[in-house]
Amino acid sequence: MKPIMAETKPASVFAPWLDADAKPIISFENVTKKFGDFTAVNTLNLKIYEREFFALLGSSGCGKTTLLRMLAGFETPTSGFILVDGQHINDIPPNKRAINMMFQSYALFPHLSVWDNIAFGLRRTDMEKDAIGDRVTEMLRLTQLDGFSHRKPHQLSGGQRQRVALARSLAKAPRILLLDEPLAALDKKLRQETQFELMDIQEKTGTTFVIVTHDQEEAMTVASRVAVMNKGNLLQVATPGEIYEAPNSVYVADFIGEVNIIEGEAKLEGPDKIAITYAENMPPIISVGKTEGISEGQKVSFIVRPEKVRVSLTGDDDRANKVKGTVMDIAYLGSISTYHVRLDNGQMLSAQMTNTQRIEHREITWDDQVWLSWSDEAGLVLTQ
Amino acid sequence: MNGRPLSWFNVTSLTLGFAFLYLPMLILVIYSFNASKLVTVWAGFSTKWYVALIHDQQFLDAAWVTLRVAVASSTLATILGTMAAYALTRFSRFAGRTVFSGMIYAPLVMPDVIIGLSLLLLFISIGLDRGIFTIILAHTTFSMCYVAIVVSSRLQSFDKSLEEAALDLGCTPFDAFKSVTLPIIAPAVISGWLLAFTLSLDDLVIASFVTGPSSTTLPIKIFSSIRLGVNPEINALSTILIAIVAVGVITASLVSKRTIAKREREALEAN
Repeated sequence: MKPIMAETKPASVFAPWLDADAKPIISFENVTKKFGDFTAVNTLNLKIYEREFFALLGSSGCGKTTLLRMLAGFETPTSGFILVDGQHINDIPPNKRAINMMFQSYALFPHLSVWDNIAFGLRRTDMEKDAIGDRVTEMLRLTQLDGFSHRKPHQLSGGQRQRVALARSLAKAPRILLLDEPLAALDKKLRQETQFELMDIQEKTGTTFVIVTHDQEEAMTVASRVAVMNKGNLLQVATPGEIYEAPNSVYVADFIGEVNIIEGEAKLEGPDKIAITYAENMPPIISVGKTEGISEGQKVSFIVRPEKVRVSLTGDDDRANKVKGTVMDIAYLGSISTYHVRLDNGQMLSAQMTNTQRIEHREITWDDQVWLSWSDEAGLVLTQ
Repeated sequence: MNGRPLSWFNVTSLTLGFAFLYLPMLILVIYSFNASKLVTVWAGFSTKWYVALIHDQQFLDAAWVTLRVAVASSTLATILGTMAAYALTRFSRFAGRTVFSGMIYAPLVMPDVIIGLSLLLLFISIGLDRGIFTIILAHTTFSMCYVAIVVSSRLQSFDKSLEEAALDLGCTPFDAFKSVTLPIIAPAVISGWLLAFTLSLDDLVIASFVTGPSSTTLPIKIFSSIRLGVNPEINALSTILIAIVAVGVITASLVSKRTIAKREREALEAN
């Protein structure tokens, strides 16, 4: 599946993580969390900045939810510190933190109406009754729930419940909003709409959002930065573009989107040029990019995204890499098609092409001899 | 109920089962309207034993004692049992949890005679005068574990994130329990109370150990008058009790059935 990147160009680029003087709103300092013998989070360091939409991405059991629950105050780190605005919050109970959470199950109070659910948190502050009413009305309008205020949670559809949960967690105007798989229970179309709604609300309220998800498309769509986690470790923290285009490990590359991985031996051909030998009788792959950390003869993985590989019957282009193969399979996805091609040495590669022609005019079909080509900048050489 | 005809085996087992359960009660109800003083001889329809019953001060006193004991002990047992159930299901890793959970269920398997005797020894040794108060204490002791079982089974299926959401929104742990957990588990707490109430209403063995001269409960009264010969008044009393229980059970099940149907209808409308 091709990740969707919703890029709305802001007037000035929002990138506080590049600014050395910027103060993070949340920082994790060597945080470790153990459950018995199991290490859920392993000496983790992370800084999240104000107004960020930060996504924690990883497969289940990678520690992302534990990280979120430590921020909310439901778990205490085994060692290390969590700071919010420079203050240690390890020992502050959840009800004293200016952080609210939207739960995966929504956790709406079944015995209370939509109105009372949203007002629940406000009634635990010293807010005036009228002010509470105004705030609840405002939240209902923000989440387009006007007219539903007297319903009970079981009288709402899944999408409406999700919005009540969001309204309730935003009602107290928290500095930080935590979202635990907020859209997992919605169907695909509604999920995509809601992603844009979330981004809109985040922009309007200026709240720092930290979202946990296992859906890489969702993370790429909504987040300003994405952290990829595996087995309690942070593998990479970067913008969606960087994560996709410049993953720092094979795991990250493979986790985000589709990727061709070819293992071979590196040969330095210049200050920024590497040739990768991966099979006998096959021309080496030429890749241009950073060569630091790569030594002559080292085992490396070459990765290239399928959409950067062109498939053609004639091979009449001057791209640096060009190999011959046989079409084994074609996955037709409507707007694009993915061609699974077997090279002469048995290596499988996939190439993705936009379907600019109607399907009945498609030139390439099963068992055709084709040329795969990609430029010397298309891929990436990774050592781990 | 998918319209499949009942086989002869099912019909027989149903008939036998219900006969086994309800035949004795049916006979008791019929004989409560017997005009004869002899329980085994039918001498025509009469309601005189019911009239005699409402004029029997001893029975009325015993009924009043029983009611007070049942209300007080089931209320105490519900409070203690709910607290115990909450501790057992929520805090899974405190020291001595296994011992505690084993001990709370002990009265379930302990013979009533032993509970009664041990409580009696305790009350004597601390110099507590036996009477209505000691019966309340005794009934609280053995019925709280039933409440704990009913409530903890509800708490186990309770979505813990509801409590976390309450904490997250600024509740203290007690406030979260009071305004979120308790309203949601209320049906289980109420059925725990009803169970404790019935247990107290019908206990004879423990009550007879810890009772004092001024506090005779209905079961003790019935049992002691039976020993002097079966009195049709007792049949009448039992019929009244059966009627009260039957009305209670039927109302409760109708109400809960209607609530569930309403909920399902509303949920259907939402989607």
